[in-house]
Amino acid sequence: MLALTILIDGVVYASWLFIVALGLTLVFGVLKILNIAHGSFYAVGAYAAASFVAWFATLGLAPAWSPVAMLLAAVAVAAVLAPLTERGLLRVFYGRDEVLLVLVTYALFLILEDVTKLVWGPTPYYVSEPYMLFGNVEFGTLSYVGYDFMLIVVAVLCGLAVWWGLNRTRVGKIVLAVIHSDEIASSMGVNVSRIYTFAFMFGIFLAALAGALTAPMVSVQPGLSVGVVIVSFAVVIIGGLGSIEGAAIGALIVGLARALAVHTWPEAELFSIYVAMAIVLVFRPEGLFQRIQARKI
Amino acid sequence: MHNPIARTMLAGVGAIVALMLAGLLMPKWLLFLSTMAISHGMVSMGIVLLMRSGVVSFGQGFVFAAGGYAAALLARHAGVNDAVTLTLGGGLAAALLALPFAPLLSRYRGIFFAMLTLAISMVLYGILVKSETMGGSDGFNVSRPTLLGAEISAESANFALYAVAVVLVGVLATASRIYGDSVRGLVSLAIRENELRVEYLGVSVSQAIAVNFVFAAFLGGIGGALTVLAQGHIEPNFSYWTTSGEFVFVAILAGHHSMLAVFLASFVVEVVRSFSNLYFPNTWQLAMGLFLLIVIRFLPRGLGSLWMDRLAARRARKEVRA
Repeated sequence: MLALTILIDGVVYASWLFIVALGLTLVFGVLKILNIAHGSFYAVGAYAAASFVAWFATLGLAPAWSPVAMLLAAVAVAAVLAPLTERGLLRVFYGRDEVLLVLVTYALFLILEDVTKLVWGPTPYYVSEPYMLFGNVEFGTLSYVGYDFMLIVVAVLCGLAVWWGLNRTRVGKIVLAVIHSDEIASSMGVNVSRIYTFAFMFGIFLAALAGALTAPMVSVQPGLSVGVVIVSFAVVIIGGLGSIEGAAIGALIVGLARALAVHTWPEAELFSIYVAMAIVLVFRPEGLFQRIQARKI
Repeated sequence: MHNPIARTMLAGVGAIVALMLAGLLMPKWLLFLSTMAISHGMVSMGIVLLMRSGVVSFGQGFVFAAGGYAAALLARHAGVNDAVTLTLGGGLAAALLALPFAPLLSRYRGIFFAMLTLAISMVLYGILVKSETMGGSDGFNVSRPTLLGAEISAESANFALYAVAVVLVGVLATASRIYGDSVRGLVSLAIRENELRVEYLGVSVSQAIAVNFVFAAFLGGIGGALTVLAQGHIEPNFSYWTTSGEFVFVAILAGHHSMLAVFLASFVVEVVRSFSNLYFPNTWQLAMGLFLLIVIRFLPRGLGSLWMDRLAARRARKEVRA
């Protein structure tokens, strides 16, 4: 019974984590930027969802509409903030050292942290309506909230959509070409800078979507972003930076490790994530799915 | 005075004397602020040493907390009261704790190095928050230390700790400068340029990075211990990743050309922080973020490059004339 509980908790947590990490790994794959501010976009997504759900309620729409409100919130965040960030800020720093770009996104994280506080204030928001929408699921004696399983479905859909989009569509193949080498793609006539904006928007959309989906399960308040960054970093480092399969496996490893710790040894919750990461890195120093890179002499 | 080591040491002694005299004139709040700037600058100095070899640690909070907790625990449970012993103990403890990680981390570069150091600091944070015996997330208080066997009165405490910080930083910054100009230190700079070529010249790159990492840990531990003694309190936040982020911030602001610049940068950040805490507490991070972006954009090689470039140019002119 305990094993089943751990498995379900782990997979639910992993699905949420996968959506966040997928965005992070996609942005890294295309733009070669490890985005510390990814967690901030996640938090903005959660806040935006809280506002949109409340707005839908004032319009007199039934609670059944709230998932639509959450989706719209994520789209709005991606459509407004992502081009602003990529065109207005990141573009200035392209071509600089990778670690310096990490610091640029760290600065962005600091800025967004205060901006969310200025916009939404320090008081917590509660959006609990959507959480009850999907009823309960019974597993023998165990009872789970249906919303958690909806999360698994959304994560699988996101993963499949990204995989299909990258491997089966024209735009996806262009994105893959840019991931492989932006210089060669550019010389083949690809508008690389548009692909950058597009990929960044999609990555931010995934972060905001994960935030919006989390909003009903927690109280939306300052400090939401900080923890997310750290955990999703662990996921993409386990999986190999820029790898989608890696993000999925990494999320599962971290999710299960965390669930195992929570149910058997609660003190080690945070610890367990990094132990899992350390074990993977001892055997695969570049992560599970990282391609071997040539070094410049 | 043609011996460069002697010249560096003379400059170090001069700086200590000047700072001591300045300390006599400072009001209490400025003494405390300067002590904080020096002890935090010590941690950033460690990051600068690592930056010279091309890696940036995003987890120096790890050694900062290790040094701080070591000093606090020594004071609380081992009955050690002397400020100098506690500080050096903190530095040694941090270096010892960092030692097993050094060979592991020296295999990584760039983002991986940054993220792995960050992970280590967050593991320590996780352990500290959950540890009941060390006060959990609240931390615990540390009583005022003694200095070389003498009691310190509440009146003179600020100056005494400032003096300890000044002397230690003078010695360690001088040592770092000499190390930076030594063969090993210059090899670090070469690694930054192109590590594969350095390997072909028969130098172990990972060993050089490992040594730098442990030295940086020692400096970070000293900084942590000094901070604890000055604040009289320690908490797990010392190891939190945003704390580490501030240390990196100072290191970037300073650049890797001058040790003096590190402490100047640290002082600037400390002043900005305490004033904005006072006058606009809700937009402090916003201001820091914008500041960081401006520095990266317009002063990519840091404050130190402002005068180090000029010095280098003057030296070059002199050589041309000679």
